[in-house]
Amino acid sequence: MSLSRFFNNRNTLGAVFMVPAGLILLVFLTYPLGLGTWLGFTDAKIGRAGEWVGFENFTFLFGDSVARLSLFNTLFYTIVASIIKFVFGLWLALLLNKTLPFQAFVRAVVLLPFIVPTALSALAFWWLYDAQFSVLSWALVKMGLIDNYITFLGDPWLARGSVVAANIWRGVPFVAITLLAGLQTISPSLYEAASLDGATEWQKFWHVTLPMLTPIIAVVMTFSVLFTFTDFQLIYVLTRGGPLNATHLMATLSFQRAILGGALGEGAALATAMVPFLLAAILFSYFGLQRRAWQQGGSDK
Amino acid sequence: MSNFNRRDFLKASAGVAAGTAAVGVGGEALAQAKGAPALNLKPEKGAKLRVLKWKRFVQGDEDLFNANIKKFSAQTGIEVRIDYEGFEDVRPKAAVAANVGSGPDVIYGFFDDPHLYPEKLLDVTDVANYLGNKYGGWYDVCKTYGMSGNKWISIPLGAAGATFVHRISHMQAAGFKEFPKDMKGFLDLCKALKAKGTPAGFALGNATGDGNAWCHWLVWAFGGRMVDEKNNVVINSPETIKALEYAKELYATFIPGTLSWLDPNNNKAFLDGLISVTNNGISVYYAAKNATDPKVKEMTADIGHAPFPIGPVGRGTELHLFTEAMIFKYTKAPQAAKAFVTFMMEKEQYEPWQQASIGYVTQPLKAYESNPIWTSDPKNTPYRDCVKNMTPNSFAGKLGYASAGTMADFVMVNMVAEAASGSKSPKEAAERAEARAKRYYKV
Repeated sequence: MSLSRFFNNRNTLGAVFMVPAGLILLVFLTYPLGLGTWLGFTDAKIGRAGEWVGFENFTFLFGDSVARLSLFNTLFYTIVASIIKFVFGLWLALLLNKTLPFQAFVRAVVLLPFIVPTALSALAFWWLYDAQFSVLSWALVKMGLIDNYITFLGDPWLARGSVVAANIWRGVPFVAITLLAGLQTISPSLYEAASLDGATEWQKFWHVTLPMLTPIIAVVMTFSVLFTFTDFQLIYVLTRGGPLNATHLMATLSFQRAILGGALGEGAALATAMVPFLLAAILFSYFGLQRRAWQQGGSDK
Repeated sequence: MSNFNRRDFLKASAGVAAGTAAVGVGGEALAQAKGAPALNLKPEKGAKLRVLKWKRFVQGDEDLFNANIKKFSAQTGIEVRIDYEGFEDVRPKAAVAANVGSGPDVIYGFFDDPHLYPEKLLDVTDVANYLGNKYGGWYDVCKTYGMSGNKWISIPLGAAGATFVHRISHMQAAGFKEFPKDMKGFLDLCKALKAKGTPAGFALGNATGDGNAWCHWLVWAFGGRMVDEKNNVVINSPETIKALEYAKELYATFIPGTLSWLDPNNNKAFLDGLISVTNNGISVYYAAKNATDPKVKEMTADIGHAPFPIGPVGRGTELHLFTEAMIFKYTKAPQAAKAFVTFMMEKEQYEPWQQASIGYVTQPLKAYESNPIWTSDPKNTPYRDCVKNMTPNSFAGKLGYASAGTMADFVMVNMVAEAASGSKSPKEAAERAEARAKRYYKV
């Protein structure tokens, strides 16, 4: 009797149905994240439980030249790659939005770099960037443009540029295809209205397309920044953080310190130190880009 | 790392068998065996073992290891399940097993592993003494890795040794009859090779194996060391500076791009004929020997192996990928696990396994110097002495978290790379390494 009443109550039933999802989140997301954060405040080693050491790991990392370099590398990598990915992605989306021959096929092909597993495409780039066997260098030498092979991954700044380029290649399709989906939701009547008002193509883009697209841009760029900031595989295959730690990102350094070096606490602290940056990126995109007033043609206060 | 298939293995072992017949069984080992105390192990009834070993670098390793396991199971009735993992995945897995208190009974780990959780490991002093007595004794470096205090906590399996792999014809064209044995000679050779357009190439990227191996050798050869006997960081020393100045001169003779090199790069460059000297395991030689491409196969006779040159310290200062068997205290069948580890180290199993691994792993026990694999092909011989010439990665301090962390963080490799490439002066590079190492060696 009471059981049937229990199951007929919408509120309790709703709660019951949410329990599995809640449990999954708790066990597989909240707990590991909490554990990771907690580890960052201990001196845990692999194979040995740690003791609470407060902010010791963080002060230690702050004084560590390699950790500071990895922070710089990560910011550089994320900012440069994300901006270029956005520009190229938007451009590609606008092109794909026009009527093209073999439209579906072309759109599918554009997604390819994103579909190929990162580890595989990274291997391809590893060959492209090889100091001795690079097909890029080979081609340039054969064309007589350069005399010596380029050591793409052998010079700190060249290496940073090379890994950023590989990341862009991989990330542009995601941005482009998602923005394309956004473009297709924009009502043609808006463009017709703009045409009637005598708007130029540029004005249409600036006053119709872009404002209508901002919510999608906010979401896509948030994801893109998160993916880039936490990138691991590409660096690990291409350089392992070399040369001279010039491409070590916080994620790769964290792995190197925690798992290969055994300093779990320190690695966890390094990973935890990424969280504020990620939060900042999310907050920026939500509060900075999802401004209703601007979208509806008004202006911010 | 070369791929070595079953057919190659058969060919290689046929050659080795012929070698055995010619040389005869070494009498020394047998004589010592008579005086050896017997090892009294009583494997638990119905014991089942789980073993974790690093994934092969050469196919023959795994084939014969598995065959030996089968033999063990047949003789003792103990069931053994073996898992293979990439060599860099073994450390975290072993550590987790130690931490959680469950997992494989036996794990073949690397370098400092046993010293990260010595209290979690079974005392295997009896096994080590038995094997040591029977097979001519352990090399010194094995005691450093195997023992904690005065008891043994792991049984060394050997080391994936490296030598200076070089092209004989290029060396001769550069005016050297044989490979230099000292630092000055080696630098002169590299300069001459560079002048002939057939340069040297050594990995200076974050290359776990090759980079660590030659950078440690170089600094140690000049008397530099990360820490002293009491684990005080002493890397910033006049000896280190000398080594780094040498590195700078040496780097000038390298092929471009070595700062980006990871472990596989030197193999590829060597087999393509782009470099004339590098440090590597025996795999390059076997890749050439078993190549289908006639151009590469032709190179086989021209490949020479030489021990790392000896520096002003006057002794071998090599670093090789050292591996050891650890039995965890949580095992339900400690006697069976000991029996297994012992069985794999006995001559009947170890020598054929070493042969099938084409000498990729150098023995920790002196008696196996007489294994015909080292003489059946004279080119294998330099690899015989790798463990003998080896210095532990923690030199001159103790193995543990600090030494493991310092090596995993490439402190030595980065220092050499910074000074060699000129991005930092030798003094600055040494100071930076000192600051980084001190963080690991803080009390």
